[in-house]
Amino acid sequence: MTIADAAASARAVTEAILGDLAKAERGVVVDSPPGAGKSTLVVAAAASLAERGERVIVVGQTNEQVDDLIDRLASEHGVLRIGRLSAQDYIPADRVAVHQNVTVSSTIADFSEHPLVIATAAKWAMLSNTGLSNTGLSNTGLADHGTRWPWAIVDEAYQMRSDALLRIAHLFDKALFVGDPGQLDPFSTVETERWLGLNWDPMSSAVAVLLVNNPDIPVHTLPVSWRLPATAAPVVSSAFYPFSGFTAATELKDRGMTWNTRPFGMTSVDLALQTAADSGWALFELPHRHALRTDSEAVDACAELAARALLRGAVTTSERGQHGVTATRIAIGVAHRDQAAAVRRALRARALAYPVLGSSLTSVVADTANRLQGREFDLMIMLHPLSGRRDATAFHLEAGRLCVLASRHRHACVVVARAGIPELLDAHPSAEPVHLGVPVKFPDGWEAHHSFMAHLSNFRVPSE
Amino acid sequence: MLTALARAAAATGGRALPIKTVRHVHLAARPLVLVAAQLAGEACAPLAVLVGEDRDKPRLLVVHEPRDRTQRFEFAADLAAIVLPAIERYCGDDHGGDDVGDVGGSADRSQPYPDAPQLLVPNQPTASFLRLLGRSTRFRGTEGEHAVHPSVPLLGRWLTYFSERGEVSPSSQLLPMTSVLADHWATGQSATEDANLSTLLAWISPPDGMTGRDAARAAEDPVRCPPAGPVTDPTFDNEVLEPILRAAHEAALTGDTARRRRALADLERALRGQLEPTWALMWQAVDLLNGLSPAAHVEQRWLSDRRSFTNQAAWIRDGGAPQARRDSAVAAARRLARLEREQQRLAVERAYDDPLVMAEYRMTGEAFAGDVVESDPARVDTTGKRPVLRPQITVATTDEVLFEPGAVLKSPLRPAQQATVKDVVLTGRGTTQVVLELKGGMGRSLTPPPGSVPAVGDNVTYTSLKDDYQPAPKFPEIQDTPWTHGGPPPQDVPTDEDAREDWS
Repeated sequence: MTIADAAASARAVTEAILGDLAKAERGVVVDSPPGAGKSTLVVAAAASLAERGERVIVVGQTNEQVDDLIDRLASEHGVLRIGRLSAQDYIPADRVAVHQNVTVSSTIADFSEHPLVIATAAKWAMLSNTGLSNTGLSNTGLADHGTRWPWAIVDEAYQMRSDALLRIAHLFDKALFVGDPGQLDPFSTVETERWLGLNWDPMSSAVAVLLVNNPDIPVHTLPVSWRLPATAAPVVSSAFYPFSGFTAATELKDRGMTWNTRPFGMTSVDLALQTAADSGWALFELPHRHALRTDSEAVDACAELAARALLRGAVTTSERGQHGVTATRIAIGVAHRDQAAAVRRALRARALAYPVLGSSLTSVVADTANRLQGREFDLMIMLHPLSGRRDATAFHLEAGRLCVLASRHRHACVVVARAGIPELLDAHPSAEPVHLGVPVKFPDGWEAHHSFMAHLSNFRVPSE
Repeated sequence: MLTALARAAAATGGRALPIKTVRHVHLAARPLVLVAAQLAGEACAPLAVLVGEDRDKPRLLVVHEPRDRTQRFEFAADLAAIVLPAIERYCGDDHGGDDVGDVGGSADRSQPYPDAPQLLVPNQPTASFLRLLGRSTRFRGTEGEHAVHPSVPLLGRWLTYFSERGEVSPSSQLLPMTSVLADHWATGQSATEDANLSTLLAWISPPDGMTGRDAARAAEDPVRCPPAGPVTDPTFDNEVLEPILRAAHEAALTGDTARRRRALADLERALRGQLEPTWALMWQAVDLLNGLSPAAHVEQRWLSDRRSFTNQAAWIRDGGAPQARRDSAVAAARRLARLEREQQRLAVERAYDDPLVMAEYRMTGEAFAGDVVESDPARVDTTGKRPVLRPQITVATTDEVLFEPGAVLKSPLRPAQQATVKDVVLTGRGTTQVVLELKGGMGRSLTPPPGSVPAVGDNVTYTSLKDDYQPAPKFPEIQDTPWTHGGPPPQDVPTDEDAREDWS
């Protein structure tokens, strides 16, 4: 598919969605695979509703996501007055503060004239707490039922727990829910079995509960991924989205990754980077060993790969032109917070070892899958969640975790893992009980992991 | 990770190691201990229980024909005759909680009963068994067809109350003994094996002259140490229970009363033999736990249990409905929010109370401990509108410090005081110096009272775990359940049908 074809098919779906919005009784759900233009759709829908004279609220999940959205909305629709409802101690990010048409305030009363108000779900939920006496809207006749907006756009709705939706649902009449069904499910630190199978299980995602209780709501799927290259889209699509599926918007020839310098000798790290640059994937395989979570060899390998990519000067070619890969365009993704901390430490140590890189190495993003959700990089280095493990728990097998890590990159992804993951998977078939009334999730993590490893095995680079 | 280390050390040393310095649960002066057995192959068919508050006088209740539903509810009435007085004893008339029903919620909270009942069971499956028993009895009708004794639904409501408290992690009202013991000691066996009370206790306190491992191996013998229930030993089922039940059944059919009486006496003797060893282990465990001093926050957590108990007693006395079969959307969300908040609070309190718990957080970089090497208690910040007292201390630690400048920490010793990380300096040889600016907990003057600021040489711990009060999240009223969650549910009216199960 050429880029023009991809754009046409994406446009057709967007138009169908906007058409449904105009005639929706309750709402519309849009499933968006990684990098399929979710934000673009949110911006288009918000603008389209605002142009029709509807007042709209936008619900994000984190301040980070909300600020990103505001930046896009404000840049693309300079005349739209946007309200940013925030906590009192919120300091506007630079990318929010630069826009003249954005007002930041912690009280909703300041936004009575704004067609578009954006805040996190947590902040919207607080709104009902404070009551209306101090919002200035109490004499609009709506005081008894609270302030209501005709429309809400809920972003990252699959990350939102259904109990969070319950707290804000009284704020709007109709809603557009947008999210990626393949990403991490909401979680809780307590036992939640007692609600399994209920139509309003507070642990389900907002979309799951919404659709069970309102089966007539139309569901659309965005068809193409603008982020994932042609090397990655089929892999991610077949492993994590086997039924809906999606394709890459770009062709193989549209994306490329080259190096400014040739390696002095060809270490296994160089070989892994070269494999990833050529084919989009590489499996940097350490010898089999049971290791602690913060496996120092694996952590070092991740940091070394990032350092090497910077040292050699990676250059990407894409439909956006040719760009050098800076440290902030490289990410190292892990499963646990202590692993992220260990990787950051290893990066700091390498920054001293490679003075030529200066402190740029510490700008490489090292974080957990949960926190990398929704973000995009040129080069992704991931520490495989099952690397060096003795067992495969539900946490490490979760399809969403692997999917997030495997679908952040525009150009290449290097997976760092100890040998033996397929064997580990075979020794730990998923044994999660099946509950009445709970739709079986497919693909389960076990199947997705196997499918992903089967593909990676073609790009194996043993370390030394 | 420390627990894994302790497990490895226990496996090598052949004896369980304590992993807590204090006891993190409340132990009542007179706990109600309950050991149960159920019939294999039937969901929640009680076979026998050994129950009581006196270790020397357990009461044995046996269901002669566990497949007979009528006998099942007669058994429930017998159990109620023991359990309900043990509960009602705590709701004395002359105590403060008496008139709570009239004055409303706030009075409930200020005047809890001076004490509350505590139910101790051997393991989690027994707690689940009681939950099911509560569910199958709390909706029973006391008149009409299949009427049961009025105490049966009341027992069901109390059992349900205890099981629901059991889900609240800081609560000590229903404690499965294996979970409590495994929380306080690390053994050399797997977590699954730790769910067996006899081997767990053998690791923790083996008989004289034996290692924990040898004692545990001996305790694996189901003849010496029958399972702690409610599931019985299959060999016992096949070789002892089944012949007796068959004999009793045949005798009942043929009208041979003498044979039937003999069979029932056999049954009681056999079941007593299965339950009594566990009864003894339960009290051994109680003694072990009483040997530990309670953690600082235990008293406060028990107060929450007392309040909750007082409210439940008032609710029942005022004729409130039994607990609903299922949570509505709003009730489920409320309960989840409460459980999460309570869990978080418990985690913080345990870390503050116990250096061994805090050590786990030090391993993961969420806390560090070290000595104060510099202290400037009189430092005053004059950059603001008016001068404020902002003492500064420097702590040298060998822990790995993952905090960045700006992080706000607290010390368990001075919970009213905030410490902001100003600087983190690696000084070599694995030592880190952390500069902290202190705020709060020092009175209003510009000179801190003695002891409110750590002095040079003090050993201090700082952590990002905070016991900050957070307002409870607000949810809509049940009648305002939004369309996204199916709209307002129909009024919940308990009926006899509620007691019917898909599988019964």
